[in-house]
This record gives sequence, structure tokens and C-alpha cells, in this order.
Amino acid sequence: MEKTGPTAVALDDATVAFRLADGRVYTAVEKASLAVAHGEFVAIVGPTGCGKSTLLNVAAGLLRPAGGAVRIFDQPLAGLNRDAGYLFQADALFPWKTAIDNVAIGLEITGTPRVEALARAQKWLGSVGLGAFAGRYPHMLSGGQRKRVALAQVLIRDPKILLMDEPFGPLDAQTRQIMGNLLLELWSADRKAVLFVTHDLEEAIALADRVVIMSAGPSARIIGDWRIALPRPRDISEVRMEKDFHALHREIWSVLKDEVMKGYVQSTQAGAA
Amino acid sequence: MSRITLLYLQVLVAVVALVLWQFFTTVPLFGRILLPPFFFSNPVDVFSQIVKWFSTGVIWKHLAITLWESILAFVIGSAGGILVGFWFARQPRVAAVFDPYVKMVNALPRVVLAPIFALWFGLGVWSKVALGVTLVFFIVFFNVYQGVKEVPTTVLDNGRMLGMNERQLMRHVYWPSALSWMFSSLHTSVGFAVVGAVVGEYLGAAAGLGYLIQQAEGVFDVAGVFAGMFVLSAFVLLIDMVVTLVEKRLLVWRPTAVRQD
Repeated sequence: MEKTGPTAVALDDATVAFRLADGRVYTAVEKASLAVAHGEFVAIVGPTGCGKSTLLNVAAGLLRPAGGAVRIFDQPLAGLNRDAGYLFQADALFPWKTAIDNVAIGLEITGTPRVEALARAQKWLGSVGLGAFAGRYPHMLSGGQRKRVALAQVLIRDPKILLMDEPFGPLDAQTRQIMGNLLLELWSADRKAVLFVTHDLEEAIALADRVVIMSAGPSARIIGDWRIALPRPRDISEVRMEKDFHALHREIWSVLKDEVMKGYVQSTQAGAA
Repeated sequence: MSRITLLYLQVLVAVVALVLWQFFTTVPLFGRILLPPFFFSNPVDVFSQIVKWFSTGVIWKHLAITLWESILAFVIGSAGGILVGFWFARQPRVAAVFDPYVKMVNALPRVVLAPIFALWFGLGVWSKVALGVTLVFFIVFFNVYQGVKEVPTTVLDNGRMLGMNERQLMRHVYWPSALSWMFSSLHTSVGFAVVGAVVGEYLGAAAGLGYLIQQAEGVFDVAGVFAGMFVLSAFVLLIDMVVTLVEKRLLVWRPTAVRQD
């Protein structure tokens, strides 16, 4: 069931390299090719330190690839990706703004009158279940609540592409499931293209249409691409009980496992050196 | 320890200190007074001096002058510190060129500048303001510089991804971050503004609390020196209370500011 329509994000042989402090060049990602169709939810899974987030930053335009090309809706990407909303792993809310101001800012900077921006921000806070917390500053909210505000902050701008970098990583297991369901609910309303990075294979299968596996770094490559044909709408906690889910999990894990071990060995060696 | 007990003990310390002071300066032990009143005065004299200052109203003029000098030093020093702090943080090359000179000037004990300022700006208000400015400027400058530099990369990237241009990043990200650093050092910078004013007055002036202390010292009026010190302490405490109130209002988004109550 190949989706028709334009390709939202296309990476062609994207290579990302960093110059280290001692002058050597570290190749994080080597010749990664990936296409995310309009309305498609793609999860990238890989061992720690494999350059998943690096790849996401390339798609966002925060990082320039050393080689290869990035195209957004068939246009070569120059500078920042204006079509994308980015949900960061770490806290990225402005600590000096209240929840509602954090959400409204994305509209205000494009010239939306403040009154209208606040009204729409209040609506979005309601959609993420924080209608009563508009006046709170980020430090007065729990980790899960901050993620909800961040989600509203990104979605209020109605980006065509959603880039998510382990957004639920710092949350506890229950909150992650709730946030996952919230994300699916909001996403199913208007099906944006999503590129979702995680190290949690179960989360990836439960959320995505496609799961892409990356090898351990350095010079990480894309080594697998699975279509997840589980029916939608899904409930994160229930979909995990299904037989198809287990079959997919076993199949993908057999590939991922070796890379995780490689990544683990490398990280311990790097620690010893 | 309950609040009442604490307050009781705090008052007790003051009372004991005052009683001991009064005792050793007035009652002879083994035929002589341990603390000669000529050098140590005594609490009663000091207190009556303070009462005299306030009852005659002499003190208000000096307090007003010192307050005015402190405010001017704080405002001018802060404005300069914010401007240069921002400039250096956004232009690393400029910062690198000026770095040794900034360190050099900051290493200089500011008191030695007082005679120069007295020559340049006269014995009036402005020489004291200048001294305060050299103190306040560096505190604000270093904090604003740090505040701009230390904006978390994620917050900055988030601003960019939300579509902010450089001007909007300045207004919504760099500026609040820099101000929060500056406000967190408000006690220090306000304190230094007062120090600049008082030290300047002490070294040469026609009015102000520092001048009052210096005058008393000049005629060996130890009671006057102590009285001046007490009034100065109360003055600084009062200003500090105002700063705390302002700080609580400005840093309401900060976890530390809230935990204070």
C-alpha cells in the first residue's frame, strides 16, 4: 500500500561528519537514504549513539550534511526547514514564558495579533489536556505536562512535517503510553508526515507506519526498513498484545539486537579509552 | 526552631552585645575602664547622636544624596553592562580583543580610581556616581555576557525551528536569559552601587553618609562614626528588602525565586 502524493522528506545518500577537537573527522552517518511520504509516520530506531538524532537535525536543516542531498517536498533544502516542526528530547520550552505564551509564540512571531494567538493557544492547550494550566511556568509543570506544552507549541504552527527526537525519552513508562496515544490522536486528525526517532523498538512499532533500523555508529547506515501494517486507530498499550505485533517485534529485533550489542561494546571501549 | 524563638534569640544577641559594650565602656573593672570611651564611645551616646540627627532632620539630606548617587550609579552601570555584555557575547571577536583589558580594569581595586574621578568630575555627585558605575558595570556586564552565552542550545534551536529571526531570538530568547542572570545578581550590583557612593563620599565630598562618617572621624567623634555606621547598615538593609521584593516579582518564572517563600 504505497502512499501516493509528494515525498515530504527525502534524504539521498546523506553523509554527516564532524571535525573533532583533535582534528580528525568523525563520520556519524554514512550515505543514508530515506523517504517519508506525505502523511506517513516513520520511526527511526537504532542503538545509542548511532546518529539517529543527527539524521533528524539534517532533515530539520539544523545540520548540513557533508555529502548527499536533502529534499523537502521535492525542493532542495537550503537553511532551516520551514515546513517542519521539531519536538526536542530535552526541555526546549522558554522557561520565562507561561505555558500559554510558550504555545502562542509560534503564531506571534509570524504577525498573528496577540489576542488571536492567545485564543488559539488556549484551544491547543485544551487539546493536549492542559486547559487549566495556561498560566503556569514550565518549572511548575511535570515532565509529561511540559511535553504536552511542547507538542502544542509545535502543532499550533500547523507544520507539514513533524520531526521528533526521542520526545518521550525522559518520561516514565505510563506517561509515555499516554503521550503516545495523544500523539496518535492528534496526528490522525490531519496526518502530517512524521519522522520519529527513538531507541525503543516497541514504541516505534506501536506508533509508526514504517520502522527504519540504523546500524551502530560510527558511519551508521540504514540497514532495514519494515512496513508496520497494524490496523489504525491503535491504542499503544493494546496493540502490544497483538500477535502481529509480536511477530514484527521478533523479526526486527533479530536485526537490531546485533547492532545494539555492537553499540554497547563501542560505548564501553570509548569509555575506557 | 520556631519563628518566635528565633526572633527572641536574635534580639537577645543584640541586647547582650549592647549591654556588654555599655558595661565595658562605663564601668571600671579592677580600677580601669577596659574599653576607653574615647575610642569606643558607648551605645547611649551613639543612640542619642542618631536621635539628634533624625530629630533635627540633618540626616535626611545626607541619606537623599547617598540614595541618589546609588541609584544613578546602578542605572548607568547596568545600562552600560547590558549594552557591552550583549555586544561582546554576540561578537566573539570583539570580546577576544578586549578580554585582557576587561580583566585588567576589573582586577584594579576601584578605590584607587576615586582621586582621579574627584579630579575629573569634582567633589559633587558625579565623582561618586562614576566610582559606583565602575563597580556595578562589571557585575552586570559579566552576568549579561554569561546569560547570552549560556542559553541552552535546545532552547535556541527551538526558537529557530519555530521560525524566529535574529531580532526575534534577541527579544524572546537572549534578552530574557540575560536579564534573568542580571536580576539574580541584583543584590550584589545594588550593594556595590551603595559601596561606590559611600566610599566616594568618604574620600572627598560635601554631603552624604560617607561624608558624615568622615567628618565625625576627623574630629575624633567616635559616637558620630558609630552612629553613621548604624544608619548606613539600616539604609542598606532597607534597600536590600526592596531589591528582594523586586526580584520576586521579576523572577517569578524561576523555581528558586518561588521556593523563597
